[in-house]
Amino acid sequence: MTKAKLLWAALIAIAPLGAETFVIKNATVMTVTRGTFKGSVVVKDGKIADMGETVATPAGATVIDGTGQYLIPGIIDCHSHIAADGGINEGSVSVSSMVDIRDVINPEDIAIYRALAGGVTTANILHGSANAIGGCTLPLKMRWGKDAQGMIFEGATPGIKFALGENPKRAGNPQGGRGGAATVQARYPATRMGVEDTIREAFNEAKAYKADWDEYNAKVARGEHPIPPRKDLKLEPLKEVLEGKRFVHAHCYRADEILMLLRVADDYGFKIRTLQHVLEGYKVAKEIAAHGAGASTFSDWWSYKAEAFDAIPYNAALMTKKGVVVSLNSDDAELMRHLNSEAGKAMKYGGMSETEALAMVTLNPAKQLGIDNRVGSIEVGKDADLVLYDKFPLSDYAKVQKVLIDGTVYFDRDKEVSGRPAKQAEKQKLIDKEKQNQQRQQPRGGRATQGGQGE
Amino acid sequence: MKKLATALLVVCAYASAEAPSTFAIRNARIVTISGPIIAKGTVVVKHGLIDAVGENVAIPPEAWVIDGEGKTVYPGLIDPLSTVGIPGAAPAAATTTGRGGRGAATPATPATQTPAATERARGPEDRPATTCWLIAADEIQTSDRRIETVRAAGFTTAVTFPTRGIFGGQGSIIDLLSGEKPGEMVLVPSVGQYISLSRGGGFGGGFPSALMGTISYIRQIYLDAAHYQLVKDAYAKDPRGMARPEYDRALEGVIESKRILLPATRLVEMDRMLRFAAELKQSTILYGAHESYRPEATELLKKYGVPVLVSLRWPEPPRDANPEDVDSLRTLETRDKAPSAPALLQKAGVKYALYSDGLDQPRDLQRAVKKAIDAGLSREDAIRALTLAPAQIYGVADRVGSIEKGKIANLVVTNGELFDDRTKIEMVFVDGRKYTPAAEAAPAGRGPATDGPGGDR
Repeated sequence: MTKAKLLWAALIAIAPLGAETFVIKNATVMTVTRGTFKGSVVVKDGKIADMGETVATPAGATVIDGTGQYLIPGIIDCHSHIAADGGINEGSVSVSSMVDIRDVINPEDIAIYRALAGGVTTANILHGSANAIGGCTLPLKMRWGKDAQGMIFEGATPGIKFALGENPKRAGNPQGGRGGAATVQARYPATRMGVEDTIREAFNEAKAYKADWDEYNAKVARGEHPIPPRKDLKLEPLKEVLEGKRFVHAHCYRADEILMLLRVADDYGFKIRTLQHVLEGYKVAKEIAAHGAGASTFSDWWSYKAEAFDAIPYNAALMTKKGVVVSLNSDDAELMRHLNSEAGKAMKYGGMSETEALAMVTLNPAKQLGIDNRVGSIEVGKDADLVLYDKFPLSDYAKVQKVLIDGTVYFDRDKEVSGRPAKQAEKQKLIDKEKQNQQRQQPRGGRATQGGQGE
Repeated sequence: MKKLATALLVVCAYASAEAPSTFAIRNARIVTISGPIIAKGTVVVKHGLIDAVGENVAIPPEAWVIDGEGKTVYPGLIDPLSTVGIPGAAPAAATTTGRGGRGAATPATPATQTPAATERARGPEDRPATTCWLIAADEIQTSDRRIETVRAAGFTTAVTFPTRGIFGGQGSIIDLLSGEKPGEMVLVPSVGQYISLSRGGGFGGGFPSALMGTISYIRQIYLDAAHYQLVKDAYAKDPRGMARPEYDRALEGVIESKRILLPATRLVEMDRMLRFAAELKQSTILYGAHESYRPEATELLKKYGVPVLVSLRWPEPPRDANPEDVDSLRTLETRDKAPSAPALLQKAGVKYALYSDGLDQPRDLQRAVKKAIDAGLSREDAIRALTLAPAQIYGVADRVGSIEKGKIANLVVTNGELFDDRTKIEMVFVDGRKYTPAAEAAPAGRGPATDGPGGDR
């Protein structure tokens, strides 16, 4: 009885099984940092324990036959908006740094599972681009089945979204901004100049705020008992930016605004961690590299608005050649499911090598998010976040077979496919039950008229 | 036909409270809730209180004697989250997935207390959608027809809240008297702050606009309140040489609130709000809770020790939906299993109560409770979840919630098992005053009621 029950529980469990010891054998292993080889990878206690052409199989290890298949590090999307409840933009104000994606994580968003099925193991969940300074952000691991806290990439430096250009200034247009309604009072700023001013003004405030707290802390250190300053949730994250404790991920398109932001950051003494979209980055790649900012762009998605016209698919390759760490992102729940083929395009446009292309969706976004000590490549000691493809992974034809995060299988194509009839049957049962109940409640010859409407 | 029914309803609506102050209901079955069921016994009501209850109690000579043969006496029902008596209030609704039911059609008079919202809020400093200083007891309109409607469903007591905006205001426990003075009705003037995460209408288009904005705003308010208290205390201690703290009624309002009510219908929301409540260090009650049928939810509620109010407005399939659209497995499952939540919470030992969520009509309420009973909740536990359990959650079990000597004489007298289809509520006692509920507009067995208010007007 208990055994049968356990087996049943294991079969229907949404949450994946605990971290076991695995050996993935005879696969083509594309490590990104340690070359590509045909061999095996050992996964133990959630980490990559061993790898090579031949490895010793630990006792009790589950063998995954990777013959003819390809193993890559889990894909990392540096720009995603999935898994958040109740709106991705706090667009009512031009500085919305008081809001935090952390508060609205929805671990039951089906987009997580679909991203997982596309090989994504980590995603940087960003606030939208409605305001010059947007909300706080953080990377999540796609641990489907875990609760909100269980999704958070533990120890990763949190971020904040900035946005330049059309989006943040559009709401300032009295003809109707993002909200569309002319009745809505216009929001400052309405120009690119205003966007810069908004950012500067916010950091002037943040500096004064930081000074207040520094003074308070100094007094406490001297043994005094002053009343602490008021804690301001809008300025706290900006103070953290000034202190280097929070990464800035800035939405931008045009070369001029990119230079503007880099100069503002220099003026206030902080760094832009990544430039997002950055479609004209190829024009100012040298300056981006000099600042030390990463660039997270699209492979070949542009012309959806005026500021996105002057883009070229060689952007990623050209920036790479100037020494910028470049990643390719999705910004979209659908595109997110095939970032592997997005990376493949970098080989066509700009002649990147397989490894360079793959790095753009693995190691490079890991570097940009400051988590490359944990993820982004297949190395002994790193998190066992791995994706097994049936074909060469940068191809459109490649399908994800298995995805491991922290050494746990979170997606298994065979199980997914074989589990569908049971799920469909369960669904049909509920639909039928509901229909029966409705018919029972319905009076003979009439329709259910609860609420007495439509008479 | 329908016109006639409406006319009948109006005539019967003038059921009045009768005069005597001492009653004895004898030979009745008494469901005390706090103790065992008395198969045949007497309840004596004197000056608004329960004077005696038991199998053999002496009936005072001045008492009006009611023959309870074939009748059952229950404690008066308590609605732990209501808007009854509050002018222009939309019925409290935590569920966004459920359809807007009949309750929402209650005639609403424009609220006069709502702050003018001509300026769009530019941030938390503007205290958007906040009226936390309002106290329900000060807002009660005794002329609210819903008092009578819900009393006909067996409610004698309601915890009623101003519910507009994010910080709606402070709830009051009131007895549902049709009296002259609202003050007479009040048991406890302020029991806690009603918090909503949807902004509701009428507050302009400013901050906050997203859920994360609302959460951040609430967090900032509590940070500000703590700071405000600190500064005020320092100033009270020694005002000399110190800038006077600015009076802030929003912060005063949250400081004086004993507890907060937070909405959480889905498991994800329960997890989110339980963490949030712990962070805010506020005594908390969750409301909504349809997904508390999920084992993870009961585990969480047990872990945090937070009581939960389960909405009786069970999720239903959307009306007039495109037949081609198929809901997700989770949505279908929640619709199927939500009514089993009370039984599962009971089994898990979680403190819970049921609330009407705007189901004002007696028939709707009866059906909704019956669904929970059909899904495994015992009859007595169902009644407890609408009497003693809410009284305990709000700390007033020493005066209401069960039939015990010394408690307030809030009683429901029926001709059968409460929440059964054919059972009629014959009398309702509130503070020892007897009310005879108006006859139902539509006789039983005619299919769903179509007595939505204003249907013919």
